[in-house]
Amino acid sequence: MAKSPRTRPRSIVLHVVVIAGAIAMFFPFLWTFITSITPGAGFSIAPQLWPENPSFEAYQTLFTERPFGRVVANSIGLALVTTLAQLFTSATAAYAFSRLPFRGRGVVFAVYLATMMIPLQVLIVPLFAELKAFGLLDTYLGALLPTFASAFGIFLLRQAVNQVPRELDEAAKLDGAGHFRVFTQIIIPNIRPALATLTVFAFMSSWNAFLWPLVVLRSPELQTLPIALAGLQGQYTTAWDVVMAGSIVSILPMLALYIFAQKYIIQGVASSGIK
Amino acid sequence: MVLPTVLTAPAAPPPQRAPLSRKKKRASAGYVLTVLAFLLPSAIPLTLFVLGPMVAAAWISFTEWNLITPMEFIGWENYRSLLADERTGQVFLHTIGYIAGYLPLVYIGGLALALALNQALKGRSFWRGIYFLPVVTSWIAVAIVWRWLLNPNNGVVNLALGWFGIDGPGWWTDPDWAMISIILASSWKDLGFVMVILLAGLQTINPDLYDAAKVDGAGAWNRFFNVTIPMLSPSTFFVIVISLINGFQVFDQVYAMTGGGPGGSTQVVVQQIYDLTFRYGAAGEASALSWLLFIVILAVTVIQIIGQKRWVHYG
Repeated sequence: MAKSPRTRPRSIVLHVVVIAGAIAMFFPFLWTFITSITPGAGFSIAPQLWPENPSFEAYQTLFTERPFGRVVANSIGLALVTTLAQLFTSATAAYAFSRLPFRGRGVVFAVYLATMMIPLQVLIVPLFAELKAFGLLDTYLGALLPTFASAFGIFLLRQAVNQVPRELDEAAKLDGAGHFRVFTQIIIPNIRPALATLTVFAFMSSWNAFLWPLVVLRSPELQTLPIALAGLQGQYTTAWDVVMAGSIVSILPMLALYIFAQKYIIQGVASSGIK
Repeated sequence: MVLPTVLTAPAAPPPQRAPLSRKKKRASAGYVLTVLAFLLPSAIPLTLFVLGPMVAAAWISFTEWNLITPMEFIGWENYRSLLADERTGQVFLHTIGYIAGYLPLVYIGGLALALALNQALKGRSFWRGIYFLPVVTSWIAVAIVWRWLLNPNNGVVNLALGWFGIDGPGWWTDPDWAMISIILASSWKDLGFVMVILLAGLQTINPDLYDAAKVDGAGAWNRFFNVTIPMLSPSTFFVIVISLINGFQVFDQVYAMTGGGPGGSTQVVVQQIYDLTFRYGAAGEASALSWLLFIVILAVTVIQIIGQKRWVHYG
């Protein structure tokens, strides 16, 4: 092999760093899984890297003694509705900010962007009071409404709409298309990658959301995974196999989504950093 | 120190703007309706659930309120008592302590990984994928998993330390180690995020700059400090701004790992806002504290944006 003596040690160091890092990143996931299939793991039993009597009974506990089936369904349902709502509100707003000039548009856009900087914590008390007044505490709708519009999504899609050549709009308009047809037939098909990125991000942020669902969803049968998981920890303080099984149930769908949509996730994060 | 001349070359010309040739005319009613149809789906929720509550929070912060009985206007009293209360200083100190541990860890770790992955390496996207996995996991799951890894009893970290004859600390059960535990878990989760941002930044650096630096006789370290670091500064700036904004709002992992304990040693600002509202029925004081937090975040962000001119290099 024609490797120069100077690059070989460097390449070895490089691989050691990358592989050691990868093990450090992946091991906690592996250990979580191993713990979840080690019955009684916790105070008296330490899990082994290769479990002696692996069993899925901790998962059974989750779905029989705890309402985890319902909890998973809640998380999926809320994430789907949030995602669809954000796609709709972001795409329409992006079209307005890119293609529909009106007086004060710059100011309105600046106000939209400013909402990204407002910490959720500032809003918690008044939001709680508002939804209480609407009678929406402890309802799915109450958990959903504040997530319907996202400044991040609007910003992301506006960038994408801006990149669609205006000649396409003009050509469609010559054929007699109005704004609604330009929007649905020209713009939407041309911003599919950005829509995919937003889909993944909206789903992920809803799936992982904690503070607002914690405040608004009090009944056990309405809870989402992160809330149920935090509660699990309080109930099964020493049964770590059950708690880790709950973690795996919450992590796995995101891992699947990630493997499936890695390209869009990385693109979304990377582009947010460049500009 | 003299920078290679290429670094001071003029910036690229600004992107061309599409010429606007619209005639000034009064908008027709149909056009106004069209604009409203496209704008209202987002404007209504943002107004009702972000802007409105924002203003309401300011009002609530001047009242005494337990979420149930009618509000009572008390002027600046909440702010006065917050500033007089030594716990306020403590929760901000704990939050800043968290940031001070977390930020250097994720930045240096993320930079090392980004530099490694920026090399010619087999299976680059596979490795990047592994590093990024914790980013898509919820904070709650991460906190719970780390509570188990760092469990003083049968936790794998202390088991491993035991093999080397080291008696591991109590981690999140020990007031001296609890914040360190939270910092470790948080850094593990965000490392991949920082790495992706920095990797994207590294890939925009023009390779000619390195060649030019080599011609000028710059060694590897010299190139790193005089080409990589300055050219990466916009990405670094972004990471620091985002990390500080998120760092001041740290909550989920604290709630799930320690709940602010033991002995209040990890009580951060947002945990205090949550406790004031839902445990002590002091929603007015909680709103005042959340406004203080917002003002601090805003000030820190504005200072960074002003300060960036001194060190951020837009190529």
